[in-house]
Amino acid sequence: MCLAVPGRVDRIYEEGGTRMGRVDFGGIVKEVCLEFVPEVEVGDYTIVHVGFALSKIDEAEARETLETFRAMGVLAEELGEEGDDPHEVSG
Amino acid sequence: MKYLDEFRDGSVARALVEEIRQVVTRPWVLMEVCGGQTHAILRNGIDQVLPEAVELVHGPGCPVCVTPLEVIDRALAIAQQPGVIFCSFGDMLRVPGSSTDLLRVKAEGADVRMVYSPLDALKLARLHRDRQVVFFGIGFETTAPANAMAVTRASEEGLTNFSMLVSQVLVPPAIEAICASRSNRVQGFLAAGHVCTVMGTGQYPAIAERFGVPIVVTGFEPLDLLEGIRRAVVQLERGEARVENAYARVVADEGNPVARALLEQVFAVTDQPWRGIGTIPKSGWRLAPAYRAFDAAERFEVGAIRTLESPDCRSGEVLQGLITPPECPAFGTACTPRHPLGATMVSSEGACAAYFLNGRTKGAPAHA
Amino acid sequence: MPEPPRFDEWTCPMPLRETPTVVMGHGGGGRLSGELLEHLFLPAFRNEALEARGDAALVAVPAGRLAFATDAHVVRPLVFPGGSIGELAVYGTVNDLAMVGARPLHLSASFILEEGLAMEQLAAIVGRMAEAARRAGVAIVTGDTKVVERGHGDGCYLTTSGIGVVPEGRSVGPDRARAGDAVIVSGTIGDHGVAILSVREGLAFESAIESDCAPLSELVERLFAASVEVRALRDPTRGGLAATLIEIAERSAVGVVLDEGAVPVRPEVRGACELLGLDPLMIANEGKLVAIVPDAQAEAALEALRSVAIGRQAVRIGSVVSEHPGTVVMTTAIGGRRVVTLPLGEQLPRIC
Repeated sequence: MCLAVPGRVDRIYEEGGTRMGRVDFGGIVKEVCLEFVPEVEVGDYTIVHVGFALSKIDEAEARETLETFRAMGVLAEELGEEGDDPHEVSG
Repeated sequence: MKYLDEFRDGSVARALVEEIRQVVTRPWVLMEVCGGQTHAILRNGIDQVLPEAVELVHGPGCPVCVTPLEVIDRALAIAQQPGVIFCSFGDMLRVPGSSTDLLRVKAEGADVRMVYSPLDALKLARLHRDRQVVFFGIGFETTAPANAMAVTRASEEGLTNFSMLVSQVLVPPAIEAICASRSNRVQGFLAAGHVCTVMGTGQYPAIAERFGVPIVVTGFEPLDLLEGIRRAVVQLERGEARVENAYARVVADEGNPVARALLEQVFAVTDQPWRGIGTIPKSGWRLAPAYRAFDAAERFEVGAIRTLESPDCRSGEVLQGLITPPECPAFGTACTPRHPLGATMVSSEGACAAYFLNGRTKGAPAHA
Repeated sequence: MPEPPRFDEWTCPMPLRETPTVVMGHGGGGRLSGELLEHLFLPAFRNEALEARGDAALVAVPAGRLAFATDAHVVRPLVFPGGSIGELAVYGTVNDLAMVGARPLHLSASFILEEGLAMEQLAAIVGRMAEAARRAGVAIVTGDTKVVERGHGDGCYLTTSGIGVVPEGRSVGPDRARAGDAVIVSGTIGDHGVAILSVREGLAFESAIESDCAPLSELVERLFAASVEVRALRDPTRGGLAATLIEIAERSAVGVVLDEGAVPVRPEVRGACELLGLDPLMIANEGKLVAIVPDAQAEAALEALRSVAIGRQAVRIGSVVSEHPGTVVMTTAIGGRRVVTLPLGEQLPRIC
């Protein structure tokens, strides 16, 4: 699998000729190689896999996807959709 | 966490499920290729909330599972050589070779270390100049840039005590092999989002067209997966077979050009054996001639190690989506994570292990 | 991240300063052993029973059933964010006693030291142990020290045993959960395990996460003081919340249903778990308890727990059910379900 998670770039620096950065994942900070994402700047979010940033997260695309979802969610609520009862388990 | 939490919203998930329910008029079989997606589907119970008409089968997208037995035996042979520090990702440590695994050889005295990144292995090589540091470079296209970067760094720094045992596999040839198989049931694919983050989407239109299957590039959060499923079902219902990107916040159509250029430089395409499946033509990468000096298999002369797989396990059929894990007679009885018979029970990413660990055994109370 | 030495804790550090590291003689029963006792253990743990220096401690015990527990501790590094092997050794046994409803009273401490351990580090650990014992209201009344050759130990292994007394009328056990009961956890899960991971070679990361190691006896006393009919108490250490609940489900022959959204996890712990592909349910805690209480008393139990600082984030995370006995099921945020199972051994980070 390819476990990659979004984190916020807090700092960018050079180390031994390599573009490195400190990336924050919900309050934990790891050193990450930024060599593959020359466009990433401090404050950007990036997807990190085994210590390497692989792409800059596109804020506008994320917002668009979420808005599409929200429209569906709102629609569902208006239709009075009920979720499963979480305390009912069939054996 | 930003960009994770928003994509886990329960009420939106239910709305997406409802959308799928409205669209679907007949049974469809979809495959999620990536083991990470398999894990997320089972962990969140996504397969349980889908309409029954939509069947998910789990693909061969776990690099840990499909690493050939003989490569693991080579890793074990290298790790047991004196003076070696053998570094690996955590999930490779427990994968059994033909007689033992990395955790066991560690217990017997080998210096085996778990690292988060190939860069950690490079650090060890700089720190221990008197030792040979070997990194187990497994993975799909997502992990390849990291492995490639470690090799080029070692080359530039003249780190003669660093090498890599490479077992890199490629997704598109595997999808083609599944589509071309005579017993193929898969009608649509969720393409692995993070593989596409590196490679882009350009390899897929030809496959979609040739085999008439929709391919939807999909992310890993519950809403991403449901949206990928929804889009694949919409295409199937309309009789379409296009490539769509449902993970556009992360995946650009051209992928990551910087990473791709490095991959071109460091790796060369090769025929690759997949554990449980067999050899798929041009489905792997080995180090290109310019970097052969960093090939641990050559440096430690373990290339001649050949291992045949046990015939008792049906992981090949599981990996191709022909059967679900509980349909294998050995599942949960002769074959468990404690004594895995085959690739898919080996890693927590493997379909069989994911089923077992999420209690999806026969008669378990998992289905609502 | 070794702590600065706490020479202020030592009443008379001179003889120990002459041996800046632990040597074989410190376990040999001769003068060096005596100096360790005289200048380190006695001043730090100061209590009558210990100062009597008998082969065994003589202590008075109130009436009631005697609870007796032991706990061995090995941890690397010896000092980690938010704690050390010293606190773990004290709270480990104190919490085991508290989980059977006992009031912890007296502990023994047995040190296996590796030749070459810095005396300052040993002093720091002993100082932390003494502080932990004070906080937990117990006395370390007897002990022993052995030294092994360099390369045969991780600096320090520490085993504590302890006794406590269960007051009349308390009867808790992992086999007493009943269908309909509430499942409560006293706070966020996974803090300790992630704090240890954050300083582990090859995985290290920066975070503000500290081990949650703490004595749980006060939480237990508050529960009983509030007249809660506690059925089962457990501190979810190794194997985490998952192992604890599976054990209760199996021993009581009941099912447990957890609500994924209700399980409290600190954002940083979640971040670490996302990054490394770990499940917070399976990560160790050292200062949390799980309480199974009758449904009608869930609110009273929560109120009691929240009246203590370390229980302020106590919350109900699920229910005991009659279905699927022996199995823990988690309802997920999207309305799906998964069966909670245990990893084979240690959870390994999933990277690919």
